[in-house]
Amino acid sequence: MAASSSVTPITVSRTEAGVPPRHSLLVRVTHWLTTISFIALLVTGAELIVSHPRFYWGETGNSGTTPLFSIHIPASRGTVPTGYSYTMPDQNGWSRYLHFEAAWLLVITALVYGIASFLNGHFRRNLWPASGQRSWAAIRDVFARYLRRAPDIAGAHTYNVVQRLSYFGVIFVLFPLVIWTGLALSPAFNSAFPWFVDVLGGRQSARTLHFFISIALLLFLIVHVVLVAWAGFWSRTRAMITGRANSQEGL
Amino acid sequence: MSLSRRKMITTGLVAAAGVTGLAAADRIARRYGLIPPDGGGIYGPGETLTYAAQRLLTRHSKAREFPRSMISEKPFGNELAPATEEFKKHQAAGFKDWTLSVGGMVAHPTTFSLADLHSLPIRSQITEVVCEEGWSYVAEWIGTPLSHVLDAVGPAPQARFVVYNSIEKDWWESIDMADAAHPQTFLTMGMNNGDLPVRFGGPLRLRVPRQLGYKSVKFITHLTVTDSMKKFGKGLGSASPEAGYAWYAGI
Repeated sequence: MAASSSVTPITVSRTEAGVPPRHSLLVRVTHWLTTISFIALLVTGAELIVSHPRFYWGETGNSGTTPLFSIHIPASRGTVPTGYSYTMPDQNGWSRYLHFEAAWLLVITALVYGIASFLNGHFRRNLWPASGQRSWAAIRDVFARYLRRAPDIAGAHTYNVVQRLSYFGVIFVLFPLVIWTGLALSPAFNSAFPWFVDVLGGRQSARTLHFFISIALLLFLIVHVVLVAWAGFWSRTRAMITGRANSQEGL
Repeated sequence: MSLSRRKMITTGLVAAAGVTGLAAADRIARRYGLIPPDGGGIYGPGETLTYAAQRLLTRHSKAREFPRSMISEKPFGNELAPATEEFKKHQAAGFKDWTLSVGGMVAHPTTFSLADLHSLPIRSQITEVVCEEGWSYVAEWIGTPLSHVLDAVGPAPQARFVVYNSIEKDWWESIDMADAAHPQTFLTMGMNNGDLPVRFGGPLRLRVPRQLGYKSVKFITHLTVTDSMKKFGKGLGSASPEAGYAWYAGI
């Protein structure tokens, strides 16, 4: 770039190459790695539930005890009382292998993204609600625009307050919780860190919470994709792949 | 221009450091036995990360133990294959001729009767059985730590795994020496102040409480100490990976 002593006319730096990308390379790469690992976790997690579609509260629970609730689907194991006379095919082997491998990918991606975003100011600049956005009125305006399905001109270049708050919630609340409750299901990990599962109220509580937090993440994913589709699916997705935002977009 | 060259050099350095780092990590992992027998294939990286991380974090940690009041009123004995004629004969004789033969890389290969095992120090633990399907129960387990049997036979210094076989054909597992020498790894003969019921693996079950239930094989008849799992079955560590399940089940 130009040396700091010389003055570069703004018009020159606003050429194609000079415009900073809508999403940084780090955000783009970690976004898609997270997408891949999350989909893998979701599919395999749903599959694992099929082997025992009953949820409990407390430390223990099994086919001989009363569940907190059950999902009314046939199970892949004959020992589970489901009310169905047949069992589903058992797919737990590869589902478990893939679930934990995808979990590693998610955790490593999250660490790289999280540490880099603290250091480079991404959280502060792009995710923490901006100065003009910290009010109920600003939140109301966003929802009003969503309801009117009005074009979001600024949205091609920056996040609105509702996006910022929900991304914050997903990054700093839901993902840490889903990793925590997942780790709390590991008997070896619990042997070193027993409080990890004890504070959740026991192993079966951790499993039930893991399920509900995954449902919350799934709901986020659905709303996220629907809103991307509203805003212009291909242009927004292209921006997350190439980094280039289309300035015509939203008009 | 200079920026793109700098970027290229940086990228090159990062890539080189990454490759060197991975190669070094692989060498260290092999030296310290941090790669599981099923550490190859597409799920190998995930399995290796899990096993290595837990060996570094949990080598000596103890599985959670519970107060007597938390013993499950309804423990759940999982499905069993129909008993073989050989097993039925033992059962009819009250298991008085049941033996455990210990061999492989040991100084004194020995065959233990149940009475021999009872003459070793007997311990009890109140721990949870955690099934990979999701259910669990807490019970008191009474037996002799596997380490006492190993001390009696004298494993070779290069021993790395203990292989254990059920009387039931093709039901076998293995654990590393960290789990084999662990004070909570029991050759279990009693449960909740009585003899270990057949449904729960009686007369002899190897309990590995820091791993999922499928590592706690029922009806144990043979132990083999070895320095490599290559010669056993398909070389993946146990019957579980051959059926698509992970060898290491501490998750």
